Amino acid sequence: MTISYFIKRLIYFVLVVYGAATLIFILPRLASERNPIVERMGQTAAAAGILTEGVDEMQKAWEAKFGLDKPLWQQYLNYLYDVLHLDFGYSLAYFPAKVRDQIAGALPWTICLFGVATIMAFLLGSLSGALLAWPKAPKFLQYLLPFILTFSAVPYYLLGLVLLFLFAFTRHWFPLSGGYSIGVFPEFSLDFLLDVLRHSILPGIAIFLAGVGFWALQMRGLMVLGLEENYITFAEAKGLKGSRIFFRYAIRNVLLPQVTALAIALGQVISGAILVEVVFGYPGLGTLLLKAVSGFDYNLISGIVYIIILIIAVSTLIVDLIYPLLDPRITHHRGTG
Amino acid sequence: MKPMTNHIFRVASYGRRNPKSVGGLAVILFLVLFWLAGSMLISPSKAEPISGLPDQPPSWKYLLGTDSNGRQLLPVMIVGTGLTLRIGFVAGCIGVCVAIILGFLTGYYRGLLDTLIMGIVDILLTIPPLAVLVVIAAMTVEVISLNSMILIVASLSWMLPTRTIRAQVLSMRESGYVPMAKLSGMNDLEIIVRELMPNLLPYLAAGFVSATASAVLATIGLEALGLGPQSLPTLGMTIYWAISFSALLRGMWWWWLPPVIIIAALFVGLFLLTAGLDEIANPKLRRSI
Repeated sequence: MTISYFIKRLIYFVLVVYGAATLIFILPRLASERNPIVERMGQTAAAAGILTEGVDEMQKAWEAKFGLDKPLWQQYLNYLYDVLHLDFGYSLAYFPAKVRDQIAGALPWTICLFGVATIMAFLLGSLSGALLAWPKAPKFLQYLLPFILTFSAVPYYLLGLVLLFLFAFTRHWFPLSGGYSIGVFPEFSLDFLLDVLRHSILPGIAIFLAGVGFWALQMRGLMVLGLEENYITFAEAKGLKGSRIFFRYAIRNVLLPQVTALAIALGQVISGAILVEVVFGYPGLGTLLLKAVSGFDYNLISGIVYIIILIIAVSTLIVDLIYPLLDPRITHHRGTG
Repeated sequence: MKPMTNHIFRVASYGRRNPKSVGGLAVILFLVLFWLAGSMLISPSKAEPISGLPDQPPSWKYLLGTDSNGRQLLPVMIVGTGLTLRIGFVAGCIGVCVAIILGFLTGYYRGLLDTLIMGIVDILLTIPPLAVLVVIAAMTVEVISLNSMILIVASLSWMLPTRTIRAQVLSMRESGYVPMAKLSGMNDLEIIVRELMPNLLPYLAAGFVSATASAVLATIGLEALGLGPQSLPTLGMTIYWAISFSALLRGMWWWWLPPVIIIAALFVGLFLLTAGLDEIANPKLRRSI
């Protein structure tokens, strides 16, 4: 039972990653006849003066170098081989730099910011959502509901703009943009870490605020249904303490669909997080993506998009693999064979 | 006369029981009204660049001020609200139509096609829509037109409605009246149109709103990255221009705050409407939110 579950999840993971890689390969080729090499040469020509002689030869040479003269199926196989090794070639806009190195520089920023903010939003949101549905919870929580509703409906980055205006522009409590102060050299020291932390608080709060409402609403919905179950009435009849019923009976049972929802929502969450980075000029994947888009850096765009999908597929896989640990029924099956 | 008032009374009493969808509808109707009344009172040509002096704060001459390109921002907001509503509405329609076709194909006929389509839907749901949209939008020809923008966002707004419609068709297929209709000699198309569709209406409405909401979310996300119709003053493009001209650092709140407020209102409206329609479609939820 559990083994077949793992295998099914792994196959699904491979399918998602393969599907994403194929989409990234096919879509640009379907969308237009635009040739990134010609495009790039046009830009170079505009910058360095008009070339007229040897343009065709140059184009042929470049296409041979990037393997674009080969038949499509061979390009596809080469591409799959490269992607498997996380090799996305050279960045077109920042030429000698490799796409892999650029992504590696930006990735830790995104993962830390997005990971910490999302996990905190999920935990606190789920807890407050559960309390909102709990009849014995303090009454003031009910007044929070309209705010939670509003925050969960507004996209992160818009919230980010407002926070930036209130706390960085008018109040100067936090820096206006960037991941660390200009002129500070990135190093492992306490000062640098504190500086990074100060820059991360506002974008973190934006992601957190928008996420917390979503999880609270979701949990509240599940909890209201869960509290009507017979085992709750039974636990009350047994005379168990309120806190024990709340944590061990009510939350424990609705946690499963909540974790499933986390796996499903990750894609939306990271899309929002990317735009938050753009608003704050935070040096993660989102800002890199903006640069890639404005520089028409074909390789960098597909590299970033692929990495984002890979992150989501991996986190979904992790959530899927934790799932049996949370569900006592599956553990029980393993025990009895 | 009497049945009419009776009808109105029934709608009103239902509205009292479901304040969320009424509230959501009111917010959206208000935005539509803002767009319609605004386009009647103010000529849309004032939303074009160099229609006013650049970087003017709000005044009697320029009610919401102007941006660095000399667009007057009140007309920009009016035109932009209309454009954004239109993109969302049309993309939502396309999404729901695709979802109806796929939902019936998979839910009613089952089989290999069902496994295949639902597998693709599951995989596409894992991939963040924005990521795929960025690839599509970045590769399209130089200037993105309004229509290609609609097609781009519609291309990924059909998956969730497909799933809900399929689930509903699956359960309805097992209920007594479908075999009954079959026995009485109806063909598949008749069953789908005359027996299943009417029962699906609340789900279709909910699916339409959720497809519209995801289309609007995708539109504004793409536009904020600069991947929108650059020659049109949509709400998302206004935010993109405001960010790239660092309106925030220059204290030009009148540039970025109005689009943020309008977008926030639009999302709250769509969210309330979705929640309200979910309650109609799924009575079990009525007490939950």
